[in-house]
Amino acid sequence: MVRRSPPNLGEPSTMGKSLFQKVWESHRVGTLADGRTQLFIGTHLIHEVTSPQAFGMLRDLGLQVKFPQRTFATVDHIVPTVDQDAPQDPLAVAMMTALRENVDEFGITYFDLASGKQGIVHVVGPEQGITQPGTTIACGDSHTATHGAFGAIAFGIGTTQVRDVLASQTLALEALKVRRIEVNGHLAPGVYAKDVILHIIRLLGARGGIGYAYEYAGDVFERMSVEERMTVCNMSIEGGARCGYINPDAKTVEYLRGRPYVDMSDFAATADRWLAFASDADAVYDDLVSIDAASIEPTVTWGISPDQGIAISESVPDPAAAATQIVKDSIVEALAYMKISAGAPIKGVPIDVAFIGSCTNGRLSDFREVAKYLPGHKVAPGVTALAVPGSQIVAIQCENEGLPQIFRDAGFEWRDAGCSMCLAMNPDKLVGDQLCASSSNRNFKGRQGSSTGRTVLMSPLMVAAAAIRGSIADAREVFAMK
Amino acid sequence: MALAPVNQVSGRAVYIPGADIDTDRIIPARFMKCITFDGLGEFAFYDVRFDEHGHRTAHPLNDPRFAGASILLAGLNFGCGSSREHAPQSLRKYGFNGVIAESFAEIFFGNSTTLAMPCVIASAADLAALREQIEADPLTLVTIDVEALRARSSGGLDFPVTMPESAREALVSGRWDPIQELLDNVVAIEAKAVELHYV
Repeated sequence: MVRRSPPNLGEPSTMGKSLFQKVWESHRVGTLADGRTQLFIGTHLIHEVTSPQAFGMLRDLGLQVKFPQRTFATVDHIVPTVDQDAPQDPLAVAMMTALRENVDEFGITYFDLASGKQGIVHVVGPEQGITQPGTTIACGDSHTATHGAFGAIAFGIGTTQVRDVLASQTLALEALKVRRIEVNGHLAPGVYAKDVILHIIRLLGARGGIGYAYEYAGDVFERMSVEERMTVCNMSIEGGARCGYINPDAKTVEYLRGRPYVDMSDFAATADRWLAFASDADAVYDDLVSIDAASIEPTVTWGISPDQGIAISESVPDPAAAATQIVKDSIVEALAYMKISAGAPIKGVPIDVAFIGSCTNGRLSDFREVAKYLPGHKVAPGVTALAVPGSQIVAIQCENEGLPQIFRDAGFEWRDAGCSMCLAMNPDKLVGDQLCASSSNRNFKGRQGSSTGRTVLMSPLMVAAAAIRGSIADAREVFAMK
Repeated sequence: MALAPVNQVSGRAVYIPGADIDTDRIIPARFMKCITFDGLGEFAFYDVRFDEHGHRTAHPLNDPRFAGASILLAGLNFGCGSSREHAPQSLRKYGFNGVIAESFAEIFFGNSTTLAMPCVIASAADLAALREQIEADPLTLVTIDVEALRARSSGGLDFPVTMPESAREALVSGRWDPIQELLDNVVAIEAKAVELHYV
């Protein structure tokens, strides 16, 4: 990794602008008394977990939803992935009922279970063409950064802020600095978008992005599909950055062409407008980081923070070698929780559960890639393996290509769309200290539903390799990749 | 909307050790299966306060010496991860009125400010001195002076703390909940909606 000082190009007025600056300026409504910007939020996505209290606050204040046509709802966190529409949990039923009542009362579009379009909110928005370049998107969910893959400024908000957006379509915000992270060169076979973002977080740390928006640039991201870009932007928040984005290009335009919420009346003009939001060549950044793609290996986490990652060929750190007391304490705590010995190789650590899905890696291309390698392999005895499409549409796309059968033949359970085992608000949970090889985004203590459950983050193909070996494995070896 | 200014908050303090304390740790996801924030207080830090069998652990919040503490002391990147407002809501309802840490995750910080719970940053050295004091005497009274951006203890400590000026201003002027100010600009909001092609 190379860090460079931002170039000094003179006075701000003469300099080019980053996408962040362009979108921020075009959505600025005014400056508030405390100095913050009142920012217009063009698209508001809501779901069942963080919206009911916001609607309650709205009612308490006697307010209406200001732009119901710019508010879109779906249900994802608490939906069971077996018999989706028949949750056994009365609390889940109460949350689904509350969302239904709220969208009906305020006239909000709802991609519900019967719509055929339900799914994880960060899969649904792009799929419907609601997510567009040069827009602002907010949602009561920190993985809203996913939408930055289209060149949108998208970020997670709290429930009181959900109320603010419902009532005013604006938020009180402080502008962010912009760090440009360039990754150039070629990724080796078996190295995926997930490895790139896990590597970036490993290098810059879980708190490295505080105060920043991340602009991911360089030929590695230019070559990525839009779905791969979503995987990268999704985990910006794991690096501490509230939002991350990739400049829109021809791939972005082609992805959006013809989608339900894209106005096709003068698409050429729309596309030109989108592309004009891309950062100028002479844009000035607050920080610049450069990474060589060839230095990235399949990456897995070994601890309880997403920045505790290593290449699959490496061993977990030894606290004795830690540079500072804080790092040492973190390593000791993480290894004790993960029940992994200091200095031990990560490869070979036994797993109990394998999970492919989530807003990070639950799209068609994720399942397609794994399905290429699964035939002829079986999930190891004793391992529970789940494949959970990110939306009902992803599920249908997969079915059309015969993917579910490939997963089932290999010993995976193929489930209905939802957040599933990423965060344990539905029946998919770890039990006791089970260890899960997971394509999701967080390895926090207890994240997957058991207060002693353990999570190792990795790419979907690495999850499949671990499922087959019954232990953390190198997909390049398991699948004899060249 | 006239809100109470938050010029300072005071109380006894408790230190929760560790960097990168995430919001799943503060409030595990299963307790978010609710449609109000009522009752979240009892679940704050639940999975580290109780073991798998429901027995109390050695967590600082279970230490009777720190019972009733209303100022939380923490390390780096406190409140990282999920945007869930349930996290600061649970801390508020547990009885916390303010947090002093080495740094905060941004979404948690914003959510807390909107709930009138000041989150201020102190140096590692100042925090260590304060921790030593409350460890020696848990009855030490700690004050976060939001107006002057200082933290003081009844044991004689008095050190600078920081927070973004906009948050300090919002707290001391009673504008920590921005809703009314946002709504007051309805004309500009509607004009912006017309100006943006996609709205």
